[in-house]
Amino acid sequence: MSVLDRKLLRDLRRMWAQVLAIALVLACGVTILVLAVGAQRSLEDTLDAYYERNRFAEVFANVRRAPDSLLPDIRALPGVRMAETRIVGQVVLDLPGLAEPAAGRVVSLPDFGDPALNLPMIVAGRPPDPDRTDEVMVSRAFAEANGFVPGDRFAANLNGRKRVLTITGTALSPEFVYVLGPGAMLPDNRRYGILWMPRRALAAAFDLQGAFNDVALALTREGQAEAVIPALDRLLAPYGGAGAHGRAEQASHVFIEGELTQLRAMARILPPVFFLISAFLVNMVLQRIVSLERGVVGLMKALGYSDAAVAGHFLKLAMLVAIIGIVIGWGMGSWLGRGMARLYTEFFEFPYLVFQPRVGSYATAAAAGLLASGLGALQSARRAAALPPAIAMAPPAPPVFRRGLSDRLAAFAGLSQPSMMVLRGITRWPGRAAFSVLAMAAAVAMLMSASFFPDSLDEIIDTAFFEQNRQHAMLILAEDRADDVVEDVRHLPGILAAEPLHAVPAILRSGTLSRRLAVEARDPDARLSRVTDAAGRPVEPAGSGIVLSERLAERLGVGPGDRIEMEILTGRRETLLLEVSGTACIHFGLGAYMDRAALARLLRKPPQVSVVNVAMDPAQADALYAAAKNTPGLAGTVLLFQTRASFRATIGENVLITTMVYVVIAVLITVGVAYNSARIQLSERARELASLRIIGFTRAEASYILIGELMALAILAQPVGWILGWIFAYAQVVSFSSDLYSLPFVMNPATYARSSLVVLSASAFSALIVRRRIDRLDLVAVMKTRE
Amino acid sequence: MAQPIFRSEGLTKVYRTGDVSVHALRGVDLSLYPGEFTVLLGPSGSGKSTLLNILGGLDRASGGRAWFADHELTAMSDRELTRYRRDHVGFVFQFYNLVASLTARENVALVTEIARNPMPADEALARVGLDQRMDHFPAQLSGGEQQRVAIARAIAKRPDVLLCDEPTGALDSKTGVQVLEALNAINSDLGTTTVVITHNAGIQAMAHRVVFFADGRIAEVRENASRARPSDITW
Repeated sequence: MSVLDRKLLRDLRRMWAQVLAIALVLACGVTILVLAVGAQRSLEDTLDAYYERNRFAEVFANVRRAPDSLLPDIRALPGVRMAETRIVGQVVLDLPGLAEPAAGRVVSLPDFGDPALNLPMIVAGRPPDPDRTDEVMVSRAFAEANGFVPGDRFAANLNGRKRVLTITGTALSPEFVYVLGPGAMLPDNRRYGILWMPRRALAAAFDLQGAFNDVALALTREGQAEAVIPALDRLLAPYGGAGAHGRAEQASHVFIEGELTQLRAMARILPPVFFLISAFLVNMVLQRIVSLERGVVGLMKALGYSDAAVAGHFLKLAMLVAIIGIVIGWGMGSWLGRGMARLYTEFFEFPYLVFQPRVGSYATAAAAGLLASGLGALQSARRAAALPPAIAMAPPAPPVFRRGLSDRLAAFAGLSQPSMMVLRGITRWPGRAAFSVLAMAAAVAMLMSASFFPDSLDEIIDTAFFEQNRQHAMLILAEDRADDVVEDVRHLPGILAAEPLHAVPAILRSGTLSRRLAVEARDPDARLSRVTDAAGRPVEPAGSGIVLSERLAERLGVGPGDRIEMEILTGRRETLLLEVSGTACIHFGLGAYMDRAALARLLRKPPQVSVVNVAMDPAQADALYAAAKNTPGLAGTVLLFQTRASFRATIGENVLITTMVYVVIAVLITVGVAYNSARIQLSERARELASLRIIGFTRAEASYILIGELMALAILAQPVGWILGWIFAYAQVVSFSSDLYSLPFVMNPATYARSSLVVLSASAFSALIVRRRIDRLDLVAVMKTRE
Repeated sequence: MAQPIFRSEGLTKVYRTGDVSVHALRGVDLSLYPGEFTVLLGPSGSGKSTLLNILGGLDRASGGRAWFADHELTAMSDRELTRYRRDHVGFVFQFYNLVASLTARENVALVTEIARNPMPADEALARVGLDQRMDHFPAQLSGGEQQRVAIARAIAKRPDVLLCDEPTGALDSKTGVQVLEALNAINSDLGTTTVVITHNAGIQAMAHRVVFFADGRIAEVRENASRARPSDITW
């Protein structure tokens, strides 16, 4: 090792705290890049392999009842490589040890051999015997949540007939990586599961002998889902086809895609912020080092070292800082990556999900780190290289201060000389001061964009559960029924109120824009479940008009007064022309709402009921649950207080983790900036401060000049941070908004205060560490050493 | 007489800081000869250091010409000057200019690592009497010892010329003499042309040649018929 390199290592060790402060900021960027890119790639690769190996279908369609003889026609459609028909249904389950009814989606397995598409992967046990009607294979998550093992039994209400089923095995399926029950907002594996049963048994139970109600297609290499879907729809229409869709609308796939989109956004937006701040810190520290080491620069040149060698020496220092940050970031990224993979296995049902560190993501992160640090060092390294040796050997000229407007203002305000020193320190290096302010503002902004989240979620809970969905439970009917079903429900034990809701699968269209969803029709006096606007006022569809959620209106590019087409996907598949009568503020899904009687009039049918919303007497809950488990025609129940509790618990835990991560990040940034600027100011002002002490300033008075400048910058950073934070949070709201969710933009004063408090405390803490050095200044030694 | 190792013709140097111009050299004609021990004497600001910096390739002249042997220093590019310093010149400064984070031996190694034909760092330190203190950091050495490390560092590359700017300026008389003895030994043992700037008129007694500076010009050049030993010099 050359002596210059040895000097470098010793310098590094001497400045370890400053180096570490920079390296940690850089490490944040590296961590996030490794984490986000790694998680994204792992997820993508796992998904690709899983989809491929277990033959995940590309087009899916539901139909009321189509004859098996239609299958050859489907297979003959251009672009179709493979087609398989199935029977699927919703069932209500009576699970041992669970008072309330659970629900499940039952899917048929072929009579002979394995399914050609959507092949379940058996984890334990075996598939049910095709000849048995009382055997079932269940999804792994459902079995685990309920403690089921093969051989256990539970009761199921199969299309009105209650039957005790024996579990023969557990399995996973690419179709059900993310499982959400009807009306649920988060996975609930205890109360909702996937059940696989032999086709023969289901055909008998659902009265579908020689027929199917679900079909899945795989396409040829040239096949396009956009071309196949309309053709398939035409074939299925006479049999009650509910409209085919591709993977882009397959529930499980959509959620995973949403997660991938977030990861991609995270990898794109956050790391540059950290790299920019670390470049700035390297720049600031190296500038100071070069001016402290002027003598060494001059000496190296006098000894005959070339300009490149001088510049290289300082660049190497920056590279070493970067390498420390990169190594820390790699470690943190890998560790968090494994944690993230664990988190994914909680939400997603993968047969395997290994966070596999990609060489590429590590290399990219390292390259970005080195580049940031190198760019930060470049200016100082070049200045060192350009310093003429004779000048470098001489002590530096004192920095030029000029009296400017701010000085006149300060003099007018009667600032003390120490305050004047603080002010001039800031105005003398405006670039450095500005960037310190910006970096600390970025820390404030990050905290705000993390801590606005819980407020936003509170708002969601408030709107979704206390303004809009105030029913205790939703009873989901297996098929649409006439109004008398509401009367039947009212007679169940413990029911205080019951209101009907008619859900109609439809495609809403405006020009070339369209969305597929279930349009909900309610009665005008509905109190249990209603829609409201952003101010919490109920919104009622006027006459035969339709109310759209704000997001849906935006997606379709329409507003109140515009007309849209509604293509109904069931029954006679009519297309209605409706006027948008208003918009509502809905956070879950894209909602569209009509008046039930008006919809019935348009369809020339008596009003229909698909869901009964109920309010219930908690004291009689068990009796109601027992009745629900035995009620034929019920496809499932959703208990909203449970949904609310699990939403709060799951989201709450995630928010806690996220908030902690952001606090750590913000503290790292603040300490990185504040500690380094304080150290640099101390080094620049050591002689001044010592002189002040000699002429009789107290330690506190001398410290004031140093800490004053730092805290003045930290305070200046707050309003900038608030503005940035507002923008960050707003950008998050926009990027988070999808067809599945929207986040309300809620910014409470407490969010501003909390964020500022963290950053100001971290700056004060850094200042106090450096202040201890002022207390220890050796006054005589400082005055004797040459600058 | 031998060909001069340094020669200058009408050398001038003007520094401009802000609105002020300082004429550091106002036309210097000088010849210095190989193997000689030359002392430059004169008050502060008389131009000694400026001349030394130009001869050492650390600074550029504003006018006139200067040669090192056959090479015209005033015509060299920055790259050539770097090469010249690396291969031919050893510097000793008033404030030693040691790198604080390197030991004595490592400070010398700074030079031996890049020089073409260096002497081992240990040998250079032995020549200045520091063979027992090689692994000490500058902060652990006295001022005189630090200056001798600087001399060892300067001679380790076996330079043709050794340029010393006030090498004893920061030292007391006793340690100053040790430094002068080291310089004298180098000059006589290795035959290195040595140029020493000093305020201390006593030192002129040990020189072959003494150049008196005043106001950016050479006031007088004197050759000593006999030289004093450093130990006889006091201040």
